[in-house]
Amino acid sequence: MQGLLGSLSQLACGLALTVQLLALSSLFGVVLAVPLAVARLSRLRPLAWFSAGYSGFFRGTPLLVQIYLIYYGLAQFGFIRHSVLWVVLRNAWPCALIAFSLNMAAYVSEVVRGGILAVPQGEIEAAKALGLHPWLRYRLVILPRAFRLILPALGNEVIVQMKSTSLASTITLLDLTGVARRLAAASYSTDPLIIAGLIYAALAWLLGRGFRMAEKRFNRHRRA
Amino acid sequence: MINLQGYGHQILLGALMTLKVAFASLTCGLVLGLLGGAAGLSRRLWLRRMIAGATGLLRGIPEFVILLICYFGLTGVLYRLTGGDVSISPFAAGVFALSIVFAAYASEAFRGAFLAVPLGQMEAAAALGLHPGQSFFLVRLPQAWRLALPSLGNQWQALLKDTSLVSVLGLEDLMRKADVAGQATDQPFTFFLTAAAIYLLFLTLSNPVIAMLERRSQRGLARVRG
Repeated sequence: MQGLLGSLSQLACGLALTVQLLALSSLFGVVLAVPLAVARLSRLRPLAWFSAGYSGFFRGTPLLVQIYLIYYGLAQFGFIRHSVLWVVLRNAWPCALIAFSLNMAAYVSEVVRGGILAVPQGEIEAAKALGLHPWLRYRLVILPRAFRLILPALGNEVIVQMKSTSLASTITLLDLTGVARRLAAASYSTDPLIIAGLIYAALAWLLGRGFRMAEKRFNRHRRA
Repeated sequence: MINLQGYGHQILLGALMTLKVAFASLTCGLVLGLLGGAAGLSRRLWLRRMIAGATGLLRGIPEFVILLICYFGLTGVLYRLTGGDVSISPFAAGVFALSIVFAAYASEAFRGAFLAVPLGQMEAAAALGLHPGQSFFLVRLPQAWRLALPSLGNQWQALLKDTSLVSVLGLEDLMRKADVAGQATDQPFTFFLTAAAIYLLFLTLSNPVIAMLERRSQRGLARVRG
């Protein structure tokens, strides 16, 4: 019984780290995604190409490679090891956070791009007719409208991101998967991993419910 | 060109292994997905519930965790069954895990596609005297395939990227070879970047193939004019 309680408390700590990584990387990912999406639709070609290239790289390569590139790969360069950034980059947690955020930004930028393109043309024309500067057009009309349109897809991306955070365990972090792996190895049993899996599934279900409630709330004005 | 310091051959072997895992998982995943999709439409409530539960779990649990459960779980089961020396290879565990994950998504895609085949088609098949099995393979499946293809294409791309996870079990795939080479030459960035480029290449090459399959599946369909 003692062992079981100890294991459960360790799993709880792991879950806390997972939720922390998920929340922070989602926040940074969404914040980065909006300028990326706007850049992709910009008339300045280098900007659009950069955004397309960024998106192509981070969506076209496995997340594991991206994590390893940042955590193991950057250590190859002397100028990084001797810079002020090294204090941060030598640790696993910041590297994982950076990798997850950059990765999520790429996927969310595609979703935001889809949302911006789906804003009814009439509303954009009205904003132009009112003489709004492009910045204000985006801030007051296009982005709020796009946000409501993309809420379901955004919810899916967050759930996918939750599953992706399990890769943090590959660089020594003790998130839910990391703790489960350690417990499983110590006890020669698969049970901790199965329990962790069920916790992830429950979390996915919770997130799904949460986003569906948010969708209802933001579309209140459209209900019959 | 990047200097691979003699590890080029190893990297190619790793890339080949990655492709092997991907195609093996694709094959098994498609078969299981078809079965799952068909079962999801069954008249038996317990079967539908079971399939829905299994798909829900397989889509809500991280692929990495599923992989670990399959590897350590199957090893444990085999150990208890045979009392000793039989173990499961990372390749087998990897293909098994990736197949059932692919199947979970594919069964959803197929289920939707089966439902979208007009009921009249199935009635016509029955009227012609075709057995349920014949009408499924000759009438429903070919038409459902066209509708399921886009989802399956996306799932294939996810599968290709997920094969990198099997490297954690020690399988000598592209990731593992890059890791070993990077450690040996103290140039992890170079080799992981090479690995990334190869994954990107595989994915980019997949796109025209999937597009061609989609076009072929739509031949003979009337196009909207104008």
